[in-house]
Amino acid sequence: MSGQGIGQILVYAVVLTALAYPLGLWMAHVYTARRLPLGLLERGFLRLVGGDREQSWKGYGTTVLVFSAVFFGLLYLIQRVQGHLFLNPDHLGGVPAHISLNTAASFVTNTNWQFYGGEYTMSYLTQMAGLAVQNFVSAAVGMAVLAAVVRGISRRSRSEIGNFWVDLYRSCVYILLPLAAILAVILISQGVVQTFHGHATATTLEGAQQTIARGPAASQIAIKQLGTNGGGFYNSNSAVPFENPNGLTNFLELIAILLIPAGQVFMFGKMVLARRHAWMVYIAMFAIFAIGVGAALPSEQHGSQVLRSSGVNIAQGQGQSGGNMADKEVRFGIANTALWATATTDASNGSVNGGHDAFTAAGGAVPLVNIFLGEVVFGGVGSGLYGMFFYILIAVFVAGLMVGRTPEWLGKKIEAREIKYAALGALFVPTMALALTALSVVTKGGLASIYNPGAHGFTEALYAYTSQSNNNGSAFAGYGALNFSADFGAIAMFFGRFVPLLAALAIGGSLAAKKTVPSSAGTFRTDGGTFVVLLVGVIALTAGLMIFPALTLGPIVEGLTH
Amino acid sequence: MLRALKASVFAVVLLTAVFGFAYPAVMTGFAQVAFRHQADGSLIKIDGKIVGSKLAAQAFTKPQYFHPRPSATAPAYNAGATTFANLGPTNPDLAKDVEASARAILRLEGPYNPGLTIGDVPVDAVTTSASGIDPDISPANAALQSRRVSSVRHLPLATVQTLIEQNTDSRFIGFFGEPGVNVLKLNIALDREQGR
Repeated sequence: MSGQGIGQILVYAVVLTALAYPLGLWMAHVYTARRLPLGLLERGFLRLVGGDREQSWKGYGTTVLVFSAVFFGLLYLIQRVQGHLFLNPDHLGGVPAHISLNTAASFVTNTNWQFYGGEYTMSYLTQMAGLAVQNFVSAAVGMAVLAAVVRGISRRSRSEIGNFWVDLYRSCVYILLPLAAILAVILISQGVVQTFHGHATATTLEGAQQTIARGPAASQIAIKQLGTNGGGFYNSNSAVPFENPNGLTNFLELIAILLIPAGQVFMFGKMVLARRHAWMVYIAMFAIFAIGVGAALPSEQHGSQVLRSSGVNIAQGQGQSGGNMADKEVRFGIANTALWATATTDASNGSVNGGHDAFTAAGGAVPLVNIFLGEVVFGGVGSGLYGMFFYILIAVFVAGLMVGRTPEWLGKKIEAREIKYAALGALFVPTMALALTALSVVTKGGLASIYNPGAHGFTEALYAYTSQSNNNGSAFAGYGALNFSADFGAIAMFFGRFVPLLAALAIGGSLAAKKTVPSSAGTFRTDGGTFVVLLVGVIALTAGLMIFPALTLGPIVEGLTH
Repeated sequence: MLRALKASVFAVVLLTAVFGFAYPAVMTGFAQVAFRHQADGSLIKIDGKIVGSKLAAQAFTKPQYFHPRPSATAPAYNAGATTFANLGPTNPDLAKDVEASARAILRLEGPYNPGLTIGDVPVDAVTTSASGIDPDISPANAALQSRRVSSVRHLPLATVQTLIEQNTDSRFIGFFGEPGVNVLKLNIALDREQGR
């Protein structure tokens, strides 16, 4: 580990916080203001979709489900028939049924798991009008749901939590679109491709022919990072120079991965008038983030077993970053790849700038555990913070049990109903991930997807179902795209998205209906250091303990193998 | 339910029109006007013919050229189908690949670097890149190859070293990322130096 590498990570943390704070205040304004600039367009949109009447949590949830289902159908269809449609300069055929199913589920659920290689599977039309649209919309759905839940928390004795269409529209137009346009322009200036021309063919200096895939990538990559989507235009995702050409783009894309989720913590603080509490949540998130980087970076720098015993020079310094350079890029080196792997899995982003399958045992375990915790460390746009609410509720519940009082949170009594939903939201997804992993390693169809031998192969399967269940999308990419894995993956992504989403809406609706109670001397304070420790502890003890047995079969065995 | 369905269909059409067509079209229009070279793939042309891209490694096997890092794409350095190698850190195949690459490098560079041992081979020279088309090699890797290139080309080592420096992309504002030597640009500069 060099001072340079650590310095880059520290600067990253500072810049992220400095940008996220004002963005959070802006987002709070966006979701609470009666009128915003260009209101005429908004009113036009709302007239088209039937008005802006406020909805109960059930009405809100139903609209989310129907809306997502319609988009799912469209996305599946576009992939299947892309061969007969326009914007297909490289004449790619239709995408196979199982892959289309998996991919449609993947993008509608904000997962962006890729069982395909973008540049040689998806036509420009599919990339733009199918996948990139979902990068906006699935992100906006998560943001809208979070806004509704937070609104519910802030209300008293009400049955409505907002209107889905208003929240969706505002997320897209006042947050995602301007940020994406700015980022896309910078990326283009640095060398990220943005063209409707098909591939280029070069005659190399030694006289061979080289195909260079291109396309409208920058516009898609900007939103894939901002919306915690992560699906690459190219197969090797953000490791490909045409997606991420240099140190500047890498830094900006890294900021974009966590920007909105980090900002949402401050948005929450402002909307519920509990800024100190929001800061405590932010600090808890940051603590877990730092632990992740602190574990992944030295392990990758130390190098893999194979590389260390090979005798080649893996020492850092004297013109190289050294370490485990397998499936990593020179321009990023170890520090920026380890940082990226941590950030992209703290969020539900899942884009990668290096191959996770080739990471060392500990280096690969960090992203895996991050995802398994439910991506609540900043997390997915919207889904990260509402996922964190489950843990917060469990934390105040545990604190309430300790002192023998009815737990309270932000002036609301937390009762059996909320705790049931919180437990469902926190435990359903990890349980499903483990169950599907188990299924996949005891069936022929599941085992066929495993690429690497030994304990690492088990980790591939565990990572695949953990990533898809939690809507992350990063992969130990050796794990093969077969019908079994594509279908069960689609199921994992679907339930992994909508079960917690509905549980969060239910909590929002339930809290909106409650009266506030004045806090007293006996109320557990959620705006101090004790709360931070309790929250981190609860996360470690629930999801952390759930994955531990599986870790012993995968990364821990591998780490002990030489 | 039916209301939501009707509203959803309207919304899907509208959102697809805006984010699926208008947004990328405007971005592409802007890119093609303001940053055409970058937007089209940072292609390098010599005498009007495309010889490659600054951002994609291409195969080099001749001894007068610097060689890029190993690639897992099929065929190697396929910028139309990028991929990782996906070999785990304990995979015996990884050990075999690394050993084979290291041996090939010792055979190639040994005659120009007396006393060269495997401990002198930088790790990026024996590992696949993530994209399969990493355009850079580490400065250490370039230094290892410089004696061969200088000797085969009958160029002073100092000249080769100067060209390496000129084609090294340093960190952004000296801070973000890691320095890398762009192999294609360096090889073109070498050819140009000798008037080829």
